[in-house]
Amino acid sequence: MALLEVKDLEVYYGVICALKGISFQVNEGEIVALIGANGAGKTTMMQSVVGIIPKKSGVVTFDGTDITKTPCHKIVKLGMTQVPEGRRIFQELTVYENLMMGAFTKNDQKQFKDDLDKMFDLFPRLKERRNQIAGTLSGGEQQMLAMSRALMSNPKLLMLDEPSMGLAPILVDQIFDIIKELHKAGTTILLVEQNANKALQIADRAYVLETGSIMLSGTGAELAQSDAVRKAYLGG
Amino acid sequence: MNFLETLLNGLSSGSTYAMIALGYTMVYGIAKMLNFAHGDVIMVGGYTLYVTAVTMGWNPLLALLMAIICCAVLGVTIEKLAYKPLRGASPLAVLITAIGMSYLLQSVAQIIFGSADRMVRLFELGKISIGSFQISAYTVVTLVCSAVIMTALTLFVKYTRIGRAMIAVSEDRDAAQLMGINVNFIITITFAIGSALAAFAGFFMVLKSPPVNSTLGAMPGIKAFTAAVIGGIGSIPGAMLGGILMGIVESVAQTNAVIAPFTVAIEFSILIVILLVRPSGILGKKRREKV
Repeated sequence: MALLEVKDLEVYYGVICALKGISFQVNEGEIVALIGANGAGKTTMMQSVVGIIPKKSGVVTFDGTDITKTPCHKIVKLGMTQVPEGRRIFQELTVYENLMMGAFTKNDQKQFKDDLDKMFDLFPRLKERRNQIAGTLSGGEQQMLAMSRALMSNPKLLMLDEPSMGLAPILVDQIFDIIKELHKAGTTILLVEQNANKALQIADRAYVLETGSIMLSGTGAELAQSDAVRKAYLGG
Repeated sequence: MNFLETLLNGLSSGSTYAMIALGYTMVYGIAKMLNFAHGDVIMVGGYTLYVTAVTMGWNPLLALLMAIICCAVLGVTIEKLAYKPLRGASPLAVLITAIGMSYLLQSVAQIIFGSADRMVRLFELGKISIGSFQISAYTVVTLVCSAVIMTALTLFVKYTRIGRAMIAVSEDRDAAQLMGINVNFIITITFAIGSALAAFAGFFMVLKSPPVNSTLGAMPGIKAFTAAVIGGIGSIPGAMLGGILMGIVESVAQTNAVIAPFTVAIEFSILIVILLVRPSGILGKKRREKV
């Protein structure tokens, strides 16, 4: 069953058409990757789905609910959370406070403590730095914080926008391992990546976005084998 | 002893500026706009005190409570009617709207109350003397009350969920929305708090000098705004520091007969000097590079 379904989504920046009617779906339990070059519209897609950027037309359904016009802050409550591009953690707040913001829609203190412990198990580094100002964390730690902040809302669907951006290769591997782990634990994942190689390795299915349209789709393995994808995104 | 008195007077008028500056700085930090109608909220607070305490003969503290409520409701209403529809519009459009709102409030006040001063005498405060040292009770009341209020505000912002969400929204509105924080609600709270602080400032001002007219908030508003910029606009401790600095400079300048006429010029010159040395204000944040 489709957890997230996007149909004919169109987005304009002024007169410029950034997304030319894209459709895709994410089924429950899947890892779906959306790959594409810089400027293809990946981040635009992510932001318009959750309502940060207004949609010109199209329908977005999440878990059976039409969320096309739902304001961004109400979407988290429905079970869909996004880790934005560039991490965008709250630099002036401490690690703990960032996680508190991640759980903003939850009012259950006990659950908050349990979730906090879960995050600290998953990312022991964050536990050590619990009271540190988040702006002083390293890039990798900030990405971990951004992910755990999003996970504090216990999402059914976790959307990750370029989680590997700007990270050292060893950290990229670590982040992808964590994504796999989260998936195993039952979270559905929509992953947007420039690192097509890595993304296709872990994706059940993938879509290729090119200048605002979806050009190709298939299973991760299929796309990794496809000549067009290899040429354009995997370096031959 | 003379110096101490000057200092205390400066601290007390400075804390009044700080209360106003907090409204400017919080709104700027969170809603990213300069609310130039903020000073006039003080004036509305002043007239509320006049109507309740003087005309209707209420207890002054009850009148203060009413002023706080009226100002908070007014601030929130201004935001909803005038500024919210302009969210996402050019900053210039918002600025002009705010200036227009300021004149609208002044004109409406003038239509209702006329242009003559209304006297708001709330308490007979007199002077407190310790040995040969004398200080007006107003100074002490203002100092103590503002210290309590500013501490409470700091604690609220630092330790409550809503307070932390305010910082989150001021830092990154979109990321805050992605956490499920209702940005409009946070902006509403901010306007309510800022306007309530303006009501307190109005209360302190009429304690010091009773006449209330439609431009009561104009000059203190501009000075407090200057103080907020000196301290670093967007920064809460910055607004407190800037306000107090402003008050002390004012009080010191007024003790000297030669420079007293130039007090206001000196105050605004400080802004220029500070901005030359530290463009983001004393405690202002340097803009972070985006990764």
